[in-house]
Amino acid sequence: MNNFEYSRAADVAEAVRQIAADPGAKFIAGGTNLIDLMKENVARPTRLIDISRLPLSRVEDTKDGGLRIGALVPNSDLAYHPQVEARYPLLASALLAGASAQLRNMASTGGNLLQRTRCYYFYDTATPCNKREPGSGCAAVDGVNRMHAILGTSPHCIATHPSDMCVALAALDARVLVTGPGGERAIAFEDFHRLPGDTPHLDTSLAADEIITAVELPPKGFARNYTYLKIRDRLSYAFALVSVAAALDLKDGRIQEARIALGGVAHKPWRDREAEARLKDEPATREAFTRAADAILRNARGFSHNAFKIELARRTILRALSQAAQASPQSQSDKRIAGKTPQENTSETGRPR
Amino acid sequence: MAPRSAAAKSAEKFPTPAKLTVTLVVNGIERKLAVAPWTTLLDALRQHLDLTGTKKGCDHGQCGACTVLVDGRRINSCLALAVMKDGAQVTTIEGLAQGATLHALQAAFVEHDAFQCGYCTPGQICSAAGLLAEGRAKTPDEIRELMSGNICRCGAYPNIVAAIETVLSAKPEGRR
Repeated sequence: MNNFEYSRAADVAEAVRQIAADPGAKFIAGGTNLIDLMKENVARPTRLIDISRLPLSRVEDTKDGGLRIGALVPNSDLAYHPQVEARYPLLASALLAGASAQLRNMASTGGNLLQRTRCYYFYDTATPCNKREPGSGCAAVDGVNRMHAILGTSPHCIATHPSDMCVALAALDARVLVTGPGGERAIAFEDFHRLPGDTPHLDTSLAADEIITAVELPPKGFARNYTYLKIRDRLSYAFALVSVAAALDLKDGRIQEARIALGGVAHKPWRDREAEARLKDEPATREAFTRAADAILRNARGFSHNAFKIELARRTILRALSQAAQASPQSQSDKRIAGKTPQENTSETGRPR
Repeated sequence: MAPRSAAAKSAEKFPTPAKLTVTLVVNGIERKLAVAPWTTLLDALRQHLDLTGTKKGCDHGQCGACTVLVDGRRINSCLALAVMKDGAQVTTIEGLAQGATLHALQAAFVEHDAFQCGYCTPGQICSAAGLLAEGRAKTPDEIRELMSGNICRCGAYPNIVAAIETVLSAKPEGRR
């Protein structure tokens, strides 16, 4: 870890002034990703601005019936918050699918949004990486790319976004509130993270002199028909190969609205609004879910080690939609896959077992 | 952001700030120490305060050997900066026993032979103390899931779960 100056910000305005004044500075809150990146010499800030004491730790109702989550609310507090458990259980479930209890105690909501990829080559300073060192090349495209993306890739980067929380936030149509020198603005969740294109060093649309202050959830929480299904190499404390946040609004067995967000497959949580819209007014059947999965994955492309993810993603989408339809969400502690297999019945709207 | 060349990188100027004074209440005793900003809580405990019970395993937040309680919550001390914890209450493995009386978890780990080499044990026990305080684990499945941040290379997991289960069932207030 390199030497750096340390300062604290007394309020949001001062935090913005400090970061705007020092291009080598970074904010630190939980530090679970940044400190690790600094130990690996991947992040080399000359100043850390400690924002952990700012008053951004509240979870409160918004006027429109949604929920505002302060940027410094720890992942554990958010996962177990009564309002989140009751109204947005998809978010609670995704949070508990990620990291470990210790890391969730440290990690902040805003920091989770700004997590960087766990691509091995991004972490290994001896190898080229366009995200770490723009223009140096991508070692993953022809390297060990088992964990890497199958959707939205570019020749410059095939990294994935590692967060589980963000997959749920994408499905729930959250907004990210940020403050910069010019004041506050709200960023729609799907515009917050970027696809790699030819600028893979830019993970998000957050400006260098902006700070995340909160995440807002709209009123609709899909608290009945939802699931967060995460498929990984071991049953806990591992990043997703594929994860699916699925939420359905059902009426008499027909889909009023469907939300499907994928993790572990792209540079950002992946949503396909066209495929979701095609589910509207469809019966909640295996056939409809299969068509949706095929539509979402129509442009998927595998690399030398990760082509298996395309079929894995198809099956995970299918199973997640079945779990959501059956109101039998995946438990994050009982590791048996919840719900009936889609082969067992054609109607997925049976009561939970 | 323009690409940084290797030459530009080697010319990077890193500051040499003075050490900062940090006050930590460690195992109930107030300790003042002067640390560089980049000193982790783990290194502050081990190298500045000679509390070597907390172990450095991976130093990257992956193994849990460095788990301590900060203001009653379990965290990975290798990923925390000491300066950021100024004023905090820190409990390490050295602070769990009351004199010669072992903490219930320590006694249960002995009783269940919940270790082999012992290197992960301080982190396992501090993590389990955090788990009891959280009150979220009620079943063996939940214990396993909520202890997954602590790796045991000897594979003592079944006995670790049994030890924690024993303490959990003996402490009704530990259950929700």
